[in-house]
Amino acid sequence: MSDQADKAGTTVAKPPPWNDPFVRSIFFQVVAIGLLGYFFYSIFDNTLSNMAKSGVSTGFAFLTREAGFGILMSLIEYDETHTYGRTFFVGLLNTAIVAFCGIILATILGFVIGIARLSNNWLVSKLATVYIEIIRNIPLLLQIIFWSVAVLQALPDPQNSIKYGESFFLNNRGLFLPKPIFEDGFGLVTIAFLVAIAAIVYIKRWARQRQEQSGDQFPVFLTSVALITGLPLLVFLAMGMPISWEYSALERFSFVGGSNIIPEFMALLWALTMYTAAFIAEIVRSGIQAVSHGQTEAARALGLRNGPTLRLVIIPQAMRVIIPPLTSQYLNLTKNSSLATAIGYPDLVSVFMGTTLNQTGQAVEIVAMTMAVYLTFSLGISAIMNWYNKRVALVER
Amino acid sequence: MQNTAPQETTETQKAGIIQMIGVHKWYGEFHVLKDINLLVDQGERIVICGPSGSGKSTLIRCINRLEEHQQGQIIVDSVELTSDLKHIEQIRREVGMCFQHFNLFPHLTVLENLTLAPIWVRKVPKAEAEEIGMKYLERVKIPDQAQKFPGQLSGGQQQRVAIARSLCMNPNIMLFDEPTSALDPEMIKEVLDTMIELAETGMTMICVTHEMGFAKTVANRVIFMDEGQIVEENEPNEFFDNPQHERTKLFLSQILAH
Repeated sequence: MSDQADKAGTTVAKPPPWNDPFVRSIFFQVVAIGLLGYFFYSIFDNTLSNMAKSGVSTGFAFLTREAGFGILMSLIEYDETHTYGRTFFVGLLNTAIVAFCGIILATILGFVIGIARLSNNWLVSKLATVYIEIIRNIPLLLQIIFWSVAVLQALPDPQNSIKYGESFFLNNRGLFLPKPIFEDGFGLVTIAFLVAIAAIVYIKRWARQRQEQSGDQFPVFLTSVALITGLPLLVFLAMGMPISWEYSALERFSFVGGSNIIPEFMALLWALTMYTAAFIAEIVRSGIQAVSHGQTEAARALGLRNGPTLRLVIIPQAMRVIIPPLTSQYLNLTKNSSLATAIGYPDLVSVFMGTTLNQTGQAVEIVAMTMAVYLTFSLGISAIMNWYNKRVALVER
Repeated sequence: MQNTAPQETTETQKAGIIQMIGVHKWYGEFHVLKDINLLVDQGERIVICGPSGSGKSTLIRCINRLEEHQQGQIIVDSVELTSDLKHIEQIRREVGMCFQHFNLFPHLTVLENLTLAPIWVRKVPKAEAEEIGMKYLERVKIPDQAQKFPGQLSGGQQQRVAIARSLCMNPNIMLFDEPTSALDPEMIKEVLDTMIELAETGMTMICVTHEMGFAKTVANRVIFMDEGQIVEENEPNEFFDNPQHERTKLFLSQILAH
């Protein structure tokens, strides 16, 4: 050590370049990049020349051509005369809606089952365990087909629908519900709803200030629930119920009017929700169990009850364990929705990568667009969840 | 604290703020506590020692019902501990506890750790709770750490925050469960000093510890436990200089040997 300090200024002897770790690492990285570049070039070149040989035109011109096929369910206006480009958006929205509903329902169901599994009640925790062990150990595709074929297709035909009053009908064509038609004056109800939301924000702030000054707690949650349901309802009644319903009615062999939720959507959503919820339940359980028992004891020793202990001490700490794997489950659910093809739900893969691809033969463009959609969805979900994760992260040192 | 303390002392100057009468506890087949009889007076400071697994932690954890006893009576501040949630809550508000591993809430700042229970249990206004919090942080000599998170403090500082956190609830009784066992040697002193200062205020304290120096300076009584029983109890000088039982002698020789 002291020897080196004395010779300060003189440089350490250099090894020959073939033994120098720095030179070596540069060399191997250059080789790796070169090989990778050649690999992609050859694939690209090969594809182009093959397509040229078989006379396939490339490019996105097909998107403006007329599609000429119908789609079972569409959130935007669509019929056979619309373009292939339109089929892309129909499929995209169908995927988005099933993923969105699935994520929300699976989160709720998953949290409930996860907490149930930790319950002190023997029956509740065993039921939750049985649910998790059955659902997560059966392949998702089987479950989707089960709900579609064994449950929903086994429902009676429209003439023998299961009825709830004269407004809800469940049969093998799906669930038929009344469609609301808003009349004059309904705008005021919407305004009342917005006013209620504003009032809740105000009350929340007021309650916090009052707490800080006097120490009294205010039942913000119950008041909020009362406001958000009560105020619009009051205006609704005062305006003379400015809404009418278009009921579904049976005409010959099927229902006409009203709104319809197709069985394929129900089967897919139900299977995705149940399957993902089983995984989320385990994530929630492990997250809560990861918070050391000492935290609960400390809170109890301070006199906190179970509710505040869970809400103020356990859940905030459990969330940082829960969020990263929860993100993966959201991504899984979104990507698993492509199994819709198996039961004919018109999602992006079924409509665009299925029918549109078959009719146009534009494989490269269509596959690339579809992949880009899933990539965008997934990266979007990741970004949101990472942002949230950062907010709940612990500060250490 | 100042305005309520005088009245309470006149009220509860009666002997036996904690009474344990014939208490038994089992963990499954294992008999942890065997016929424990213990009377603690207001202002008394008791040190419990004994080999590991002797039931000393279990004993003090029964006093605020972190553990349930199966037989006998525990009466704290004239409230009997049963499965009645009202009683349990009432007692937990009056009894503070410090743990071996501090158990601070890592997601809250030091000051938030201190104000959590006053705000949610005592319904104290936030500003006032923060004032009380700062007062106790000054008492444990770390007011400058108020805005930090527990993970940013040393072990000794964390334990002092834990003590301050309990004091913010203005307890009549403080329980300490091996408060210095998880600390590096150089940090033990700062925590013991804080506890000695607390003892000087007249707080009723029960402390499970192997710090024999602390026992000698602070305790009114030392209790030795082995295999779930109270083997011997005496005032500190007698206890250390003239132990009566073989097991006590053996234990003392082992911990004082080096």
